[in-house]
Amino acid sequence: MTLGGIRNIVVAGAGQAAAQALQSLRSGGYDGALTVVGDEAALPYQRPPLSKSYLKGEFEEDRLYFKPGAWYEDQKIEVVLGTTVTGIDRAQREVQLEHGGHLPYDVLILATGSRPRQLTLPGADLAGVFDLRSLADVERLGPQMVAGRKMVIIGAGYIGLEAAAVARHMGLEVTVLEMAPRVLARVTSPVLSAFYEAEHRRHGVTILTGVQTARLTGADGQVTSVVLSDGTELPADIVLSGIGILPNEELAKAAGIACSNGILVDRDGRTSDPQVFAAGDCASRPLVHYGRSGRLESVHNAIEQSKLVAAAILGLPRPAEDCPWFWSDQYDLKLQIAGLSQGYDTHVVRGDPAARKFAVFYLKNGTLIAVDAVNSPPEFLASKKLIMSGAKLAPDVLIDTSTPMKDIAAQAAA
Amino acid sequence: MPKITYIAHDGTERTIEARNGMSVMEVAVNNSIPGIDADCGGACACATCHVYVDEAFLSKAGEQQEMEKSMLDFAENVRPNSRLSCQIKVTDALDGLRVTTPESQH
Repeated sequence: MTLGGIRNIVVAGAGQAAAQALQSLRSGGYDGALTVVGDEAALPYQRPPLSKSYLKGEFEEDRLYFKPGAWYEDQKIEVVLGTTVTGIDRAQREVQLEHGGHLPYDVLILATGSRPRQLTLPGADLAGVFDLRSLADVERLGPQMVAGRKMVIIGAGYIGLEAAAVARHMGLEVTVLEMAPRVLARVTSPVLSAFYEAEHRRHGVTILTGVQTARLTGADGQVTSVVLSDGTELPADIVLSGIGILPNEELAKAAGIACSNGILVDRDGRTSDPQVFAAGDCASRPLVHYGRSGRLESVHNAIEQSKLVAAAILGLPRPAEDCPWFWSDQYDLKLQIAGLSQGYDTHVVRGDPAARKFAVFYLKNGTLIAVDAVNSPPEFLASKKLIMSGAKLAPDVLIDTSTPMKDIAAQAAA
Repeated sequence: MPKITYIAHDGTERTIEARNGMSVMEVAVNNSIPGIDADCGGACACATCHVYVDEAFLSKAGEQQEMEKSMLDFAENVRPNSRLSCQIKVTDALDGLRVTTPESQH
């Protein structure tokens, strides 16, 4: 297939979005040159298990990979690993590579992902201080996670709390520090925050909210404690930083491509340069259903955007944009999130948090915009459809557990 | 190594030598079997790896957990032999297993 002369596609980045772009381009019929350049040493792999089953040692490394090495050969995909794309020459249509060399492109897909926000505290460079984002991070952190050791986690977002759950399972003493007054403050409602805080405490995690970390102290280059701004000193053998991620947009920015907390793209994933696309954590996209743009940090977003990008490049009809969704595994709790709850004016709880099986629905002007479902797949799956249909739902209908979600969904659709 | 046959919606068959311990979904994805999306990678979070299991293997494929049951309840075109393939672990007992993929995972 030569599409408007497209014979050469380069994908910068080798994560979830890149893996999907490669698959969708090939399955969509593109048979021209296809090169993927990744800065990590590993073939594209799944990140979600890194803070969950893989960290726990319950998931073998070879199962992390999206595709075995042979697949790339079969598909005639050139794989360049351990190499950063250092520049884009848009006039010449080529990318520059670390270690020298350059690759020409007809179309460039930026799937550069995101990176952990770095601690800027004194002592942040001590040994024993970790991030949790890559396979290499887990290779460093994993062997340190030994029963009885003291782990202090800075940041009570999903990464921090998932790691806390795994660490408790492995018998470590765990303290989680959060600057905000509650855990998961950036991503969810007080109801869910209170529930997860209680769950972690019940499992023996010490959670300190509304605290500021002042510095890390060490001996012989190894971290030994975390000191809070009020002077409290918490002994630590391991410090894990989970304070959010930043989009890898610098490459695009330096090339003059429009960025604003992410590489700006249209519905098809096209950047301000029509020959350059972006997908995944690094991209800020139109969230059509929500009438705004934004950056979503999720597996579903990466998959969906790459499908949109591949379809646009191949001149295929635009795939449907589905309800954003997310998940988090902590202990035996499966949290499934559909939609984006920002801006809700009403929330109602269906089921009983004490039974560890409940859902929080978020409404705006009577319309369902999001749900957090804990051990409640029906509430999650029904809501994905209800949210996209823009259904008006009365709170008392949603909380009535005597009516199955399936019936509520059917009535709303009627 | 147990052999698994994947039958596409249009009747096309492919037989794969599977590795014990992997899931029926993972074997499919590694071998680019069409019709199994498995967006969540096997976390039982998305219900996009729905398959129909050959009746003869239903009991050998193991019990459905509560989570899988309720996920399947919302899948399209569910039948009594519907399973999420990420929840079926490959064992020698599954040698000869035949699974059919549905027309769509959404």
